[in-house]
Amino acid sequence: MSVVPYKPSRRRITPGRVITYAVLVGFSIFYLIPVYVLVVTSLKSFREVSLDRMWNLPQSFSLDSFRDAWFGNEETSVNGLASSFWNSIVLTVPAALISAAVGSINGYVLTKWKFRGADVVFPLILFGMFIPYQSVLIPLVQLMQNLHLYGSLWGLIFVHVIYGIPITTLIFRNYYAGVPTELIEAGRIDGAGIIGIYRYILFPISLPGFIVVLIWQFTSVWNEFLFAVVLVNTPSSQPITVALNNLAGSFSVAWNVQMAGALLAALPTLVVYIFLGRYFLRGLLAGSVKG
Amino acid sequence: MEATSSVQASPQVGRRRFNFDRVIAIALIAPSLLAIAVFVYFFIGQTAYVSLVRWNDLLPDYTFVGLRNYDKLFQIERFQADMSNTLKFTVVFIFVCLAVGLLLANLLDQKIKGEAIFRNIFMFPLAISFIVTGVAWRWLLTPSSGVNLIGSAIGIVDMKNPPGWFTDPKIGILAVAIAAVWQTSGYVMAMYLAGLRSIPDEIKEAARIDGATEWQLFRQITLPLLQPITLSAVIILGHISLKIFDLTKSMTGPGAGFSTDVPALFMFETTFSGSHFSQGAAIAMVLLVVVSVLIIPYLIYNFRNEVRS
Repeated sequence: MSVVPYKPSRRRITPGRVITYAVLVGFSIFYLIPVYVLVVTSLKSFREVSLDRMWNLPQSFSLDSFRDAWFGNEETSVNGLASSFWNSIVLTVPAALISAAVGSINGYVLTKWKFRGADVVFPLILFGMFIPYQSVLIPLVQLMQNLHLYGSLWGLIFVHVIYGIPITTLIFRNYYAGVPTELIEAGRIDGAGIIGIYRYILFPISLPGFIVVLIWQFTSVWNEFLFAVVLVNTPSSQPITVALNNLAGSFSVAWNVQMAGALLAALPTLVVYIFLGRYFLRGLLAGSVKG
Repeated sequence: MEATSSVQASPQVGRRRFNFDRVIAIALIAPSLLAIAVFVYFFIGQTAYVSLVRWNDLLPDYTFVGLRNYDKLFQIERFQADMSNTLKFTVVFIFVCLAVGLLLANLLDQKIKGEAIFRNIFMFPLAISFIVTGVAWRWLLTPSSGVNLIGSAIGIVDMKNPPGWFTDPKIGILAVAIAAVWQTSGYVMAMYLAGLRSIPDEIKEAARIDGATEWQLFRQITLPLLQPITLSAVIILGHISLKIFDLTKSMTGPGAGFSTDVPALFMFETTFSGSHFSQGAAIAMVLLVVVSVLIIPYLIYNFRNEVRS
């Protein structure tokens, strides 16, 4: 009688489970509401957009607002985001690549070639990622003007690489700390030097570290606003966050166009998140220094 | 003969090589160290210096005035509003993010079907810019539209006299906090979830065998074990909220009577629109000191632990 055949555990539906799912679904709605409004509004034509009917689905499907947000519209004096979208790519890709290279080298030296004082130096580097950047902005603007980098994307790339050093070094340092020292010793016995060990032993197994750092830097540089708005004020080189803020801050721009612009600005990092989310998560958790 | 000499020579060559490698190691990291020394520490020093001079016009004026810029700053109504806004924002933002993060992490840890989907829904806002968030939430919290319409549809909002959200000077900054929570709470959830997953099942099983209820388990085992994560989360959230800038800039600006203004925004405007460089530098230094009070003990604590382990 007591010999009940084992059933692969099918969880019973209890009131607790129902409440759990209900709360999860409720929060999902909260997180998705802005997406719904952004998408629905940007698919409406100008005639259809009205504050009273924000939640209604579009009557007719229109891509006008995307067209205006992307190419601009001279009649309504909307500046399109196309050129600033391109600027952001030109800014973000090199910044992420250089940052990753720098972080990898630093992480390597700080874990496998520890010099005296390395453990003191590292927290001093890390502090750089927590400072409010307002506290370096004034001298930074002066320096950039002196170097003739003020107003150019090159200057902004340079700045992002430098202020990216703490986080990229941190991620690679954590990553390389997990690589056994024996591997390095073996390389040394085989006659490899510091460069050879990196080139033939460490670099080939660094891909996950690079993905995490590249995604992290791509996302943060793409989304960054303060350095961009202060250092690049020429409309022709503005990154997308600055251009979107101008688009949305202008009262003459219809809000369906603003919504379409916001979607366009969010798209690249969202796509990266959707496909490579777990690497993004690792970067995020690294940002809390240590779990 | 040759063979022996080469065998004898090799450790020496090895040692020289090793020393040479140490020099290269220093050379490899030197540019980064130099960059941080200049762009973080030297620049902070320069900002501190600017905050002590009389450069409140377009042309630099390096006449030393001591702490006068700070003295004036604390008497400015806008800055007083900023301090109180930052305090309100920080308290609400941290508390709500922790509560939501802890709740969602615990719910997701119940072997939920579609966990990955829920997790991604809670976390995707982290991947987008505060500027985008600001644009979206400005419309969602517009008094004549957005969430107020939903409130009116379910009968809790009177559209003749709707909540003003960020346009209401009394609660303006809290409306900004809603958007900030929307964007950041997924981070806290991820931290807590990682923490929950690292608690060994045996501990919980043992407690269950001893007759502990699920609530006791949570209060007396899970929560204490999550304490280091709560600490990290408070530090991370705290420094985000003290530095908050993009969101207020794109969502509301300084607001009516500076009801949604924050120090970072004041610094930006007074420095780069008003050319009050010394005043801007003073605000920046106040921000830096407050953030440092939070961050420096945390960094020391983290690295003491690391050295010990």
